[in-house]
Amino acid sequence: MKIGLFIPCYVDALYPEVGVSTYKLLKSLGLDVEYPERQTCCGQPMGNAGFERMSVPLAKKFDELFAPYDYVVAPSASCAAYVRCFHPNLLGKKPEDCEAAGKTVDIVEFLHDVIQVKSLPAKFPHKVSVHNSCHGVRELGLSSPSERNVPKFNKIIDLLQLVEGIEVVEPERPDECCGFGGMFAVEEQAVSRKMGLDKVNRHIATGAEYVTGPDSSCLMHMQGVAEKEQLPIQFIHVVQILASGL
Amino acid sequence: MSTQHSKAAEVYQQHTEVVQRHDQTFFGVRQKRDRMAQALPEWERLREAASQIKKHTITHLADYLETFEANAVRNGVHVHWAADADEYNRIVYDILSQHQVKKVVKSKSMLTEECHLNENLEKRGIDVVETDLGERILQLMKLAPSHIVMPALHVHREDIGNTFRKLIPNFDEIAQSYAAVGSMPADENDPTFLTFVARMHLRQQFAEAEAGMTGANFGIAETGDVVVCTNEGNADMSTSIPKLHIVSMGIEKLIPNYEAMGVFQRLLARNGTGQETTVYTSHFRGPRPGGEMHIILVDNGRSSILGNEEHWQTLKCMRCGACMNTCPVYRRSAGYSYTYFIPGPIGINLGMLRDPRQYSDNVSACSLCCSCDNVCPAKVDLSTQVYRWRQQLDSLGKADPMKKMMSQGMSFLFNHPSVYKTALKCSPMVNWVPAPLMNLKLNPWAYGHQMMKFPKKSFHELWKEVII
Repeated sequence: MKIGLFIPCYVDALYPEVGVSTYKLLKSLGLDVEYPERQTCCGQPMGNAGFERMSVPLAKKFDELFAPYDYVVAPSASCAAYVRCFHPNLLGKKPEDCEAAGKTVDIVEFLHDVIQVKSLPAKFPHKVSVHNSCHGVRELGLSSPSERNVPKFNKIIDLLQLVEGIEVVEPERPDECCGFGGMFAVEEQAVSRKMGLDKVNRHIATGAEYVTGPDSSCLMHMQGVAEKEQLPIQFIHVVQILASGL
Repeated sequence: MSTQHSKAAEVYQQHTEVVQRHDQTFFGVRQKRDRMAQALPEWERLREAASQIKKHTITHLADYLETFEANAVRNGVHVHWAADADEYNRIVYDILSQHQVKKVVKSKSMLTEECHLNENLEKRGIDVVETDLGERILQLMKLAPSHIVMPALHVHREDIGNTFRKLIPNFDEIAQSYAAVGSMPADENDPTFLTFVARMHLRQQFAEAEAGMTGANFGIAETGDVVVCTNEGNADMSTSIPKLHIVSMGIEKLIPNYEAMGVFQRLLARNGTGQETTVYTSHFRGPRPGGEMHIILVDNGRSSILGNEEHWQTLKCMRCGACMNTCPVYRRSAGYSYTYFIPGPIGINLGMLRDPRQYSDNVSACSLCCSCDNVCPAKVDLSTQVYRWRQQLDSLGKADPMKKMMSQGMSFLFNHPSVYKTALKCSPMVNWVPAPLMNLKLNPWAYGHQMMKFPKKSFHELWKEVII
C-alpha cells in the first residue's frame, strides 16, 4: 500500500514533530510512505475566508501531486476534510472523478478504519482530555456528533485506549467548537477568544494534564489562549501519543 | 479586520457574567433538545422526512398555494396575497380600518417583525398589543426580539419588574388583587407575581381588542387549515374574544396535509425548546360564528429565494430556533450583535437573502463548526450556505481588505513551492521579534493568544535532513 504523506502548511511550519510522529507511525506499520515535496496547502484558509477561487489552483496541484498513491494521509482532520469535502467542488468534478479527494484521510481514521490497528507499542502515563474538533466530528465522522441520535462512537478514544498507562477523559460539551475557525479567530477575535477560554477551562476541569486531538490548529488556538491566561494545561497532537513508543 | 457583528460582540464580552449566563441558558435549551432527540429512536428519520416534505412542497409551491387558497375560501376564509411588506401592511390596515378597529391583540409572529407591521399600524393610530409574554415585555421596553423563539430570555426579571411598574397603568391595582388572595411576595420581582401582573394586564387587552392577529407555524394545503403553536395560549385568547381574526403567513409555511403535519408537530417543540410539544397547538379552519377570518399569504422575497440555486433550501426552515441555541457564536454574542432582525445561523443566511450588501456584516459570525447543520430538523445546510456567502463578499464589494490581502499573500506563497520553502526557513526569525512588537494591534492573533514559537526547522527541512 502506497501512502502519500500530506503535512499541511501550518503543521509543516509550526509542528514538524507532528509530521515526524505521523511518518514514524506509518513506517512502523510496514507501509510504503512518500512525502511529495512540492506540497504546500489544501486551500482551506482562503476558502473559509471567502476567497475560494484562490484555492482552485492549489486543489488542482494537490490532485495531481497525490494521484499516484493508494491513500493520502494527513495528521489534520480539518485539512483532510477540506480536501475530501470541498476539493471536488473546487475542481468542478464529482468526488469519484477526483484523483486524490476520495482517498484523503486523517491519520485517525486511517489507523482506525483502513489499517484497523489493534495494538501499538505506545506508552503515555498521563491523563488526557480529548478534543473532538468540529470538522473531525461533523465532516469526517471521527466520533458521533452530540447533536445526532446515532450510536455513540469515538475513533480517537478507541485508538488512545491502545496506549499503555493512559487515562482518557472528555470535557463537558465534548464537541463544542473551540473558536479557532481559521481567519474567524482574528476577524471575530473577542468571541473566538471567549470560545477558546471556555473550551480550555472545560478541558482543565477534567483534571487532565494534556489536551489531545487530531487537529494542531485547534490545539494551537487553545494553547495560545491558555498561555496568555497562564492556564495550567499542556497540548499534544494525538499522533504524538500514538507514536510515543517509537 | 472587523465587522459590525465582531465589534458589537467585543463590546458584549465586557460583561463576562452576562455572556456566561446567556451561553449557559441557551446551551441548556440545546441539552433539553438533545434529550428529546435521544428519546425518539426514529429521530433522524423524522428529520429526513421533514426535509423531503419541505423540499417537495417548496418545489411545488404554486400548486399547493392554489389548493390551500381554494380550501380556505371554501371554509369561509378571506384569502389575500401580498407580494411584499408594503402590500402586506396595506392589506392589514384596510381590513382593520373597515372594521373600525382601534386595538389589535397579536400572538407572536416573526413575519410581522419582518414587515414592520406594528410601527405601520401605530403610525396610523391603531394600538397593537403583543400578547406573547416575552414579546410584550420587549414591546414595553421598546426592544427587538433577541431570539426568534425565546425573544426576551436575555432580559432579567429586575428589568421586567421595573418596566411593569412604570408602564402598566393599573399595576398597583393588580398588585393589590394579588395581595388580596395571598400576600405580597418578599421580592418585588418574584416571577410568580410578575407573571400574575402580566396575565391580568393581558386579559384586559384581550377584552378590549376588536381584532386578533396570529402568525402561522403551518398552513395545510389539503384542508386550508392554519396551525399555530404557542406555550401561553395567547393565540387562542387573541382569536377567542375578538370576532375578527387575521392570519399572517409566509408562503413557505405550507405543507401538503396532516400526515406531514404529524412529522413537523413531533419535531418543532422538541427541537426548539426541548418540549415534547408546545402547550397549545391550535388549528384554525374558519371564522367563528358571526366572525371573520382572513389569511394573508406573504411573499416578500420568498419566491426569489426559491429561484436561488445555492440558497433555496433556507425555505425549508420552520423557525424552531435550534440553530441559535447550538451556535457557539450566537450564545456568546447574543441577538443584538447581529444586524439582521433574525440572528444566529439562519439569520445570517436570511439577512443575506434579504439584502446582501446591507447585511453582510453577519457573515463573519460563524466558525464553520457545522453544529447547526446537525440540529436543524429540516436539514438546512446552514454552514455550507454561510461558506457560500463568504465567497460572494468580494464581488459584492464587501470583502475585508486585510483578509483579502492575507489570502492573496497565502495564495502566492502556496502556489510557489520554492518560495514557500524559503519562507519556512525564515519563519523561525519571528521568534526573535521582541514580544512587545508582536503584541501590537497590528497582530490580531496577539489579542487573545500568546504568540506561537516557530521550531528551528520545518517538516520540509527535517524530511530532507533526517528522515531520508
